[in-house]
Amino acid sequence: MEAVYNRCEPSDILQIEDVEGLMADNRYDVEAVRADFPILHRPVRGRPLVYLDTAASAQKPVQVIEAERSFYAEDYANIHRGLYYLSQRATERYDEARRKVKTFLNARHEHEIIFTRGATESINLVAASFGEAFLKEGDEVLISGLEHHSNIVPWQLLRQKKGIVLRVAAVNDEGEVPLEEFTRLLGPRTRLAAITQVSNALGTVLPVAAMIRAAHAAGVKVLIDGAQSVVHMGADVQALDCDFLAFSGHKLYGPTGIGVLYGKEALLDAMPPYQGGGDMISSVSFEKATFAPLPAKFEAGTPASAQAVALGAAIDYVSGLGLDRISAHEASLLDYATERLSAIEPLAIIGTAAEKASVLSFIMDGVHPHDIAQVLDSRGVAVRAGHHCAQPVMARFGVPATVRASFGLYNTKAEVDALAEALEEVEAMFIR
Amino acid sequence: MSDCVDLYQEAILDHGRRPRNRRAMDNCSHHARNENPACGDEVVVFLKIDDGGVIRDAAFDGHSCAVATASASLMTEVLVGKTSAQAKCLFDRFHAQATGTEETPLDGMKAEGQRLALLSGVREYPVRLKCATLAWSTMLAALENQRRPV
Repeated sequence: MEAVYNRCEPSDILQIEDVEGLMADNRYDVEAVRADFPILHRPVRGRPLVYLDTAASAQKPVQVIEAERSFYAEDYANIHRGLYYLSQRATERYDEARRKVKTFLNARHEHEIIFTRGATESINLVAASFGEAFLKEGDEVLISGLEHHSNIVPWQLLRQKKGIVLRVAAVNDEGEVPLEEFTRLLGPRTRLAAITQVSNALGTVLPVAAMIRAAHAAGVKVLIDGAQSVVHMGADVQALDCDFLAFSGHKLYGPTGIGVLYGKEALLDAMPPYQGGGDMISSVSFEKATFAPLPAKFEAGTPASAQAVALGAAIDYVSGLGLDRISAHEASLLDYATERLSAIEPLAIIGTAAEKASVLSFIMDGVHPHDIAQVLDSRGVAVRAGHHCAQPVMARFGVPATVRASFGLYNTKAEVDALAEALEEVEAMFIR
Repeated sequence: MSDCVDLYQEAILDHGRRPRNRRAMDNCSHHARNENPACGDEVVVFLKIDDGGVIRDAAFDGHSCAVATASASLMTEVLVGKTSAQAKCLFDRFHAQATGTEETPLDGMKAEGQRLALLSGVREYPVRLKCATLAWSTMLAALENQRRPV
């Protein structure tokens, strides 16, 4: 709180009763939140677990675990199969999950929500199907220098197949992709921009709303990789007006093996199926198949129905806490961690964008990231060390790897202290 | 400093901070380069083997974590004066220590075996095995790479 007051101008200072009102409304009880996450109470290497790798995958609240268990224990059968009670019940729960995603993203229609295995498959679906329908040799796809490999490699595969051209909007020294740099690369052959909303490696928040407006003004469709962003800020696909948005369930405190592709109805209708199989057809003979309407057209085979149901529970969970309150909590953790880690002299933070999600990437002069992560692990502190599936970002900053601490809705300031203290031990061990 | 002290023993930290024989060798007879794609670490191993088949000098270069650097540094120290056959024997012993598998005979190189045992703490950290063995597997490749320019 002190830091907040220090930044206040006199005119900004609220009346006491306003502050109390705000505090009451915005009270975020992190200990109550932590009680929902069984794994956070499991000791690791004889110490309390300090889990700071939520950007890689989030831990699961008991509500999500219970949703998946109860679906199997009480409602399970294959969906869309016949008239018997359990299949109907399972289908209802699967459809209900789709409604929850639709509400979460504020999509216009439920059938604009396609369940996939994750953000990676969602992007591959767009590359294959949109690519098949709308891209030809010489057409350009514009990405940013901050993309995860999952939003680079599908386009390279499409380049091999169709001869498209991949353009990359450059990253500045702060780890930002300026809007002007993005706009500069929108050319007459640009057909699609595929842009992450939040960098997984650095935490940078990209100005995607302005990028979408600029792209649309140039007649360019936009895919947003929301894998890192929806967990912090949600998404309103109608307000953003993005053409596609991809995210993964497991980063949103939901299960593995489930993700979402949102796509505008007209585009999805115009795109060919991604995979063929059961559930995605209206009728099949050996001469021809007619495809089912959306969303079934893009959901061949038995889907991850239990995981979809549990993703619905995850959405309920974060919506219940309130994304505004979650992001305020995470922002305060990021500020505090930035302050604490900046005080460690050999440590340099990589990625100093003006707007960041709660991801802190750093290196220490003279200590390899893997050695840092190893010592942190011995203190029960779980962080990621490596290239974060974003090798071009590492190359941009001239490092082979970084250590990345990422903060989620269950992390505490005491855990930031544990991280900082463990890093001071690293310094004593390897440098002093 | 408790906990991963079995991996980061003081002698290992010392070799990591002040590696021995980290230098390029212009007049080597054997060399090889290798990398660990998981972390981007890279090591080049240089050997000078005389006409009698004895390693007269060993060095390494590159950038790597403390475990890989210390392992390379220790390796270059123990290899000098050994034949290719003895170097392979030491590799087998080192690998057995690092993986916790049955230890192989040392053929009279007991002191060297004890020095290499400094790194046997890595057996508790399977993810780091590649770090500890990077220089050694590069050395084996170098033995196959006779007299080619760097």
